[in-house]
Amino acid sequence: MSDASESSARQLATDARDRVRFEEEALELSDQVYGVARRLVGSREAAEDLVQETYARAFRSWRSFQPGTNLRAWLFRILTNLNIDRGRKLQRTPDLQPLEESDYFLYNKLEQSGSGGSPDEQRVVERLSQNDAVTALADLPHDFRDVVLLVDLADFTYSDAAQILDIPIGTVMSRLHRGRRILKRTLADTAVEEA
Amino acid sequence: MKSGFGFDPCDKCEQMMQPYLDRVLTDGEIAEAEQHLDGCDYCRKRYRFEVEFRTFVRQAAVAEPMPPELKEKLRALRTPL
Repeated sequence: MSDASESSARQLATDARDRVRFEEEALELSDQVYGVARRLVGSREAAEDLVQETYARAFRSWRSFQPGTNLRAWLFRILTNLNIDRGRKLQRTPDLQPLEESDYFLYNKLEQSGSGGSPDEQRVVERLSQNDAVTALADLPHDFRDVVLLVDLADFTYSDAAQILDIPIGTVMSRLHRGRRILKRTLADTAVEEA
Repeated sequence: MKSGFGFDPCDKCEQMMQPYLDRVLTDGEIAEAEQHLDGCDYCRKRYRFEVEFRTFVRQAAVAEPMPPELKEKLRALRTPL
């Protein structure tokens, strides 16, 4: 074997090893990717399709991943981009009505609607239903939902979320703030109706 | 309780609550928030509620485990050696 072909064979072997490692590391994150996908789209089937597409694209474009950088953020960027490409046009645009409510709004509302006395905070939370929370998350305008899910469910920092969604960090903060408030307002309305 | 006079420390605490829980305040702001929380029953209740609320939302949002068939499909997407 000539020197040139020997070195290209070595290169191929290194490439294959890097690729296998990359694919295994990406697969280890699949539960987290699925968890967020499940809340990004309406049905289990759509979430499964989205996760498959995410991995197909990730494996195809593995060379664009810079080793040593954040693989989890890289995968979530593919996930959120694909989701935006897939169905965004069908979804409603963000609600831009001003939100009067303060951050303490939900607690105040639950406290008022309680059966008197000084409520203990844990029992106040127990008056909320998990199903209502899932519905309220699904009903969030998509721009807000993306940020709330990345930060509050997937534990990304503001700066990671900004990179994943390709938006300024200030936009992450305002969408997060607004998204959480909309969520609270929706839950306050349903909790008071159910009480 | 709320003071109702001009600058309200509870309003300020409320504004700092989410950034405080997100751990993005400066050291000085953290000290300010904690000092207020230590002395204010009204905000402390709401702080404890916010902590519980975050856990509640997270637990609600956690989906069922990924179906094993999907895991297999993802493994099949790997590049053949």
